[in-house]
Amino acid sequence: MAFIDYYKVLEIDKKATDAEIKKAYRKLARKYHPDINPNDKDAEKKFKEINEANEVLGNAEKRKKYDAYGENWQHAGEFEKANQQQRYYNKNASQEDFNSYGRDGDDYSDFFESLFGNSGRTRGRSQQFKGTDFNTELQLNLDEVYTTQKKTISVNGKSIRFTIPAGVENGQTIKIAGHGGEGISGGPKGDLYITFSIKNHPDFKRDKNNLYSTVTLDLYKAVLGGEITVATFDGKAKLKIAAGTQNGTQVKLKGKGFPVYKHEGHFGDLYITFQIEIPTSLSEKELELFTELSKLKTL
Amino acid sequence: MSTENFIPINTLCQHYKLEISFFNTLNETGLIEIQLVDSIQYVHKESIYEIEKMVRMHKELDVNIEGIDIVLNLLQKIDALQTELLTVRNRLLLYEN
Repeated sequence: MAFIDYYKVLEIDKKATDAEIKKAYRKLARKYHPDINPNDKDAEKKFKEINEANEVLGNAEKRKKYDAYGENWQHAGEFEKANQQQRYYNKNASQEDFNSYGRDGDDYSDFFESLFGNSGRTRGRSQQFKGTDFNTELQLNLDEVYTTQKKTISVNGKSIRFTIPAGVENGQTIKIAGHGGEGISGGPKGDLYITFSIKNHPDFKRDKNNLYSTVTLDLYKAVLGGEITVATFDGKAKLKIAAGTQNGTQVKLKGKGFPVYKHEGHFGDLYITFQIEIPTSLSEKELELFTELSKLKTL
Repeated sequence: MSTENFIPINTLCQHYKLEISFFNTLNETGLIEIQLVDSIQYVHKESIYEIEKMVRMHKELDVNIEGIDIVLNLLQKIDALQTELLTVRNRLLLYEN
């Protein structure tokens, strides 16, 4: 359990006046408030820290105790015994209570709990607040988001079954309403935010709804033209090759790309780039023919 | 009009301990849409998430309504930029590996 320097958290001097503490707190609260920093876990953590610091330094009795025992928090218990008859906390503390964000017991540091215990909290709210929002990341393969499917994940020991719509993008976040933390004072439950991390596919690269792949074309087919069978994401397709196809030529297979998110039946396109394979180990006959061709070209 | 999916403004005033003028100014600023049914002011229940966010900014951070408007606009811009950044990052994957 590490000592927390609440003065440092609020970026103030140890001799700071009540007005200076309040001012510092409000300034930092405006900077790190979760509504101003949506989906920012670092800001949320910082916001909890400054709330905790304010709860201690913004209350004269707690600040006194913190100043006396803060760095030697292990002795706080002795202090408690000596003052067990004394109710040192003020239930009517007038400081602002930003308790709509994760202000359950778990959100206080161990340090705070050891120093002030549960009685240290100056809440006593009657207002209802929404529970904490939970965030989690789900790793999926590209083929797992090609079709809409149901998935079950475990969050804080609870199984949650939800639908992943086809076409979800890498980095996209979806909200599962009401699967976050318990509401406070009977308030609604928080929400669960799931961010998808989609692994690269070995054969297909994706840009939004379009897919990109590279197909190797033998020299003769590129020169003479013909027909080949190419792999699409969910099967195969026949493709005509024009005579004289150049290396790097790109063709579009309309509607053979990735499903469009929440637009059932709509697909992007598949772009195929041809990589022409130049033969490396020629047979004697081949060499002879290539030489003949070469001579024809130079005539 | 059915008021099944609407919440009376008075209920919000009681719940958040705010004057009705706060919601009226939000309406005038275009931040919320108040509907009048039988002389009673309502907001749609789907807008409650955004309304609660504005209430928190006002009550917890002392941001006035003009400030809330600016903050929400800037957050929208950040959101658009983050979406664009994500798209560009995903596109960059096409050229990596």
